[in-house]
Amino acid sequence: MNTIQAEHQRILVVFPHPDDEAFAAAGTLAMYIEGGAQVTYACLTLGEMGRNMGIPPFANRVTLPTIRKEELADSCLAIGIQDLRMLGFHDKMIEFEDQQLLDSLILKLLKELTPSLVITFYPGYSVHPDHDATGAAVTRTVGRLPAAERPLVHCVAFASNHEQMIGKADVKLDVTAFLTKKMASIRAHRSQFQAAELVGNRELTDEEIRNRFGTEQFWTYRFD
Amino acid sequence: MLPLQPQDIQTHIDRLAGQDLYLHLELTTGAYASHLDSTRPSASAFITNAAVRYTNGSISGTGPYRVGLKTEQGWVYAEGLTHVDENDTERLILAGHDSQGKLIVALQLSRERF
Repeated sequence: MNTIQAEHQRILVVFPHPDDEAFAAAGTLAMYIEGGAQVTYACLTLGEMGRNMGIPPFANRVTLPTIRKEELADSCLAIGIQDLRMLGFHDKMIEFEDQQLLDSLILKLLKELTPSLVITFYPGYSVHPDHDATGAAVTRTVGRLPAAERPLVHCVAFASNHEQMIGKADVKLDVTAFLTKKMASIRAHRSQFQAAELVGNRELTDEEIRNRFGTEQFWTYRFD
Repeated sequence: MLPLQPQDIQTHIDRLAGQDLYLHLELTTGAYASHLDSTRPSASAFITNAAVRYTNGSISGTGPYRVGLKTEQGWVYAEGLTHVDENDTERLILAGHDSQGKLIVALQLSRERF
């Protein structure tokens, strides 16, 4: 089923919220890391405007950023991510940020790390305005590099109309071999994962976990 | 967070009256509302660290609760409040959660910036 595998030794992941990495790419990242890759995760916000506060709620607007910062660090540890950068932007506000500031920070990371693969959200097809704005900043910045210097960009998409607009994912990964790490990453987000639309409040069977979390897919972003 | 006791909240509101405060006020369906159910539009608003001073305020209802604060020039209002941060004795941190435990409304007052 796996539709790649180019070797990637340096990978840059850019998502706006702690837990985006867990649901969208934890298995893929664990797989690359086992193969020797160095992964940098640039997480733009602390998810401080999230609505999930634990069940029953143990967090609030004031305590959530500190709690989610710890959860993010634990999730990265579970996946094996070696380098976590928290960029300090305000949750929900990425689309209103100074684009030059965003782009310059992403460019700095690209120059410093020279990744061969960048993972982010597909702009316009990723539901949350922060997701779309993050993907837009990454693809805009990578697109400005000379073609020969551009890393491959793999995007996550899940808007209801996304397949009509951008077709099926060209990268599909069976991550069942990495589900222990992926589920540990998801469960590290203690204030979040019990939400009904995420994992829910009851123990899932192994089969349910395989069906719901065993595949990760990406669209290779076309710059032409 | 614990389910709020209105008499404790009233005491706290009275204690913060007549002072220069910072306000965080928020109402949200969440950014995924319309993605999860196309009949529900996503709608949210928040203002954070707004300077506010109220002359009197009260909590009302039988739960979920309403809070109204009368300012020198107008009003601050929140409905749907259910929980309070019981560990925060200085600031007043109120939130309203839906049946799934998600935050839908927040009203917070503090002498220091959030």
